[in-house]
Amino acid sequence: MNATAEALFVAEPFQASGDVVIDCKVDKIFYGDFLAVRDSIVPIEKHKITGFIGPSGCGKSTVLRSLNRMNDLIQVFRFEGNVMYHGQDIYAKKVDPVVVRRYIGMVFQQPNPFSMSIYDNVAFGLRLNRFKGDVEERVEKALRSAALWNEVKDKLKNSGLSLSGGQQQRLCIARAIATEPDVLLMDEPCSALDPIATRQVEELMLELKEHYTLAMVTHNMQQATRVADTTAFFSVDISQGGRTGYLVEMGPTRQIFEDPREQLTKEYISGEFS
Amino acid sequence: MNPRQPPGIRPRLVAAGLGTERHRQPFPHSQENAMANPFPHAQSASPISGPPSALEYASDRIFRAIALSAASVIIILTAYILWEVAGKAMPAIGDYGLGFITGTEWDVNKGTFGVLPEIWGTLYSSLLALLLGGVFGIAIAIFLTQDFINHRLATIFRTLIEMLAAIPSVVFGLWGIYVLIPLLKPGAEWLHDEFGWIPLFGSDLSGPGMAPAALVLAIMILPTVAAISVDALRRIPYKVKEAAYGMGTTRWEAILKVMLPTASSGLLAALVLGFGRALGETMALAMLIGNANQISLSLFSPANTLASLLASNFPEAGQVEVHALMYAAMVLLAITFLVNVLGLGIQQYTLRKFEGKK
Repeated sequence: MNATAEALFVAEPFQASGDVVIDCKVDKIFYGDFLAVRDSIVPIEKHKITGFIGPSGCGKSTVLRSLNRMNDLIQVFRFEGNVMYHGQDIYAKKVDPVVVRRYIGMVFQQPNPFSMSIYDNVAFGLRLNRFKGDVEERVEKALRSAALWNEVKDKLKNSGLSLSGGQQQRLCIARAIATEPDVLLMDEPCSALDPIATRQVEELMLELKEHYTLAMVTHNMQQATRVADTTAFFSVDISQGGRTGYLVEMGPTRQIFEDPREQLTKEYISGEFS
Repeated sequence: MNPRQPPGIRPRLVAAGLGTERHRQPFPHSQENAMANPFPHAQSASPISGPPSALEYASDRIFRAIALSAASVIIILTAYILWEVAGKAMPAIGDYGLGFITGTEWDVNKGTFGVLPEIWGTLYSSLLALLLGGVFGIAIAIFLTQDFINHRLATIFRTLIEMLAAIPSVVFGLWGIYVLIPLLKPGAEWLHDEFGWIPLFGSDLSGPGMAPAALVLAIMILPTVAAISVDALRRIPYKVKEAAYGMGTTRWEAILKVMLPTASSGLLAALVLGFGRALGETMALAMLIGNANQISLSLFSPANTLASLLASNFPEAGQVEVHALMYAAMVLLAITFLVNVLGLGIQQYTLRKFEGKK
């Protein structure tokens, strides 16, 4: 037991400089018998953008989705470790995942507006939370924050699915921020978008971090350097027979990209493997 | 042989059984091809790419011809049936006019024919069946698709429900007579005694009647509604489910506020098809509805439907009555047609409204 424990690489914990909103300590994440991620400590800092990078299958999406218990939708998913959010482990027995997701919102890889009007899409979360105030005002505010208001203000009654891909993604962001959640998780939010829409979403993220805490998975290293304050690099370990992802290094984005501590990080950054 | 062809390709082609006559020459069929190859000089890389053969072009045309004739047969057949029925109904249409639709009496001896009670019975029984079968069918579809039970169990369940559709309607009729009506009787009696002032329970169930007929009809349309609803709910992409739960919905909120609206056009199609089936159902209704020429709101009164009128009266109908029955058949056809057009209209509307499709 000890011999394997010594052989396994475990990243040095990243010492966050500011407030930590979500303190995620993964021991093991399983899908059935398959060990997907091991030994990764990922603190998410307040009012910053934390970027997750790494090759395919390294578990970065799995870790991100563990932060608001989205993976609970998969029946064979099992999480060992803890995710402390305001002093409470979100994986504690008494915590309902539904409540976690109301405070920690999510934007997905594929734009996924509901098949209802643009207005109803944004108002969805407000109605869900039985918001008593001025729904119309909140919808406008969310759409303005998502840099979509000018494009849709005259067609709020049209279906959300009638918009273009980039607009749909910004609509999903508006839907997520309408209820002003504490944290916003983004799972490769730009991978289905063209460069112009990508740029709009990136600018939007930089504005959003004034009010929200963001964590984002990206396949695009340039994107990480452009928007992320802190970067976590994951890799995949095939030595144990499976394909187990783990955290290699986490630090300020500039340090990760200019002066990585680990050889593996250096190789990945320079494009020597992916 | 082409000089630019890689030397290794020939043995590999032969090994794969491709080094046959056709592949040895670049374009063996170019002479007899219907379409001449427009790129005769584009053979430099390898002889693997080439135009389809004459046989392939021919089978393409044959397949198109078969598909076209199959489609036209359906249209011609429908038109022919309509023509025949309309032709036979013509004398009655001329004799009775619109009074046929508003008339409430069907008496061969007096020569008066009216189908208002049958129109009422058809719509009333079908609506009741749609209400019951629709609610249960969609509920079953939700149960089978929204992770309430595991996938294998759901498949078994679904097969069982689809087997309901394989039961002949005469068996449903017999079951209704020997099982359902005796079963309903005590409850109907009690309802009539206690709540007789409500028009729905305004009469007693003396045997066949609207309630057993509508119940059996509901069971009969259940497989149709359930199967199509299951497909509609299964078609919802996983990302929509993720979006719903990602917003922090509970399971019921996700189903009611996201899944059902997303599947609405498919669910509507299920209901329209179920309703269509209920309108046209004949045998079980002829056995269960009581064939009484009356209009009543009461669930326990006997009534009649257009299809069961046709089935029960045809065997002994004389020349005059046959014409009247054909007219009744035209009315039934018109109702089903209207229902389908209406359903299609609503479906188009929801597609436009919810999914932004033009």
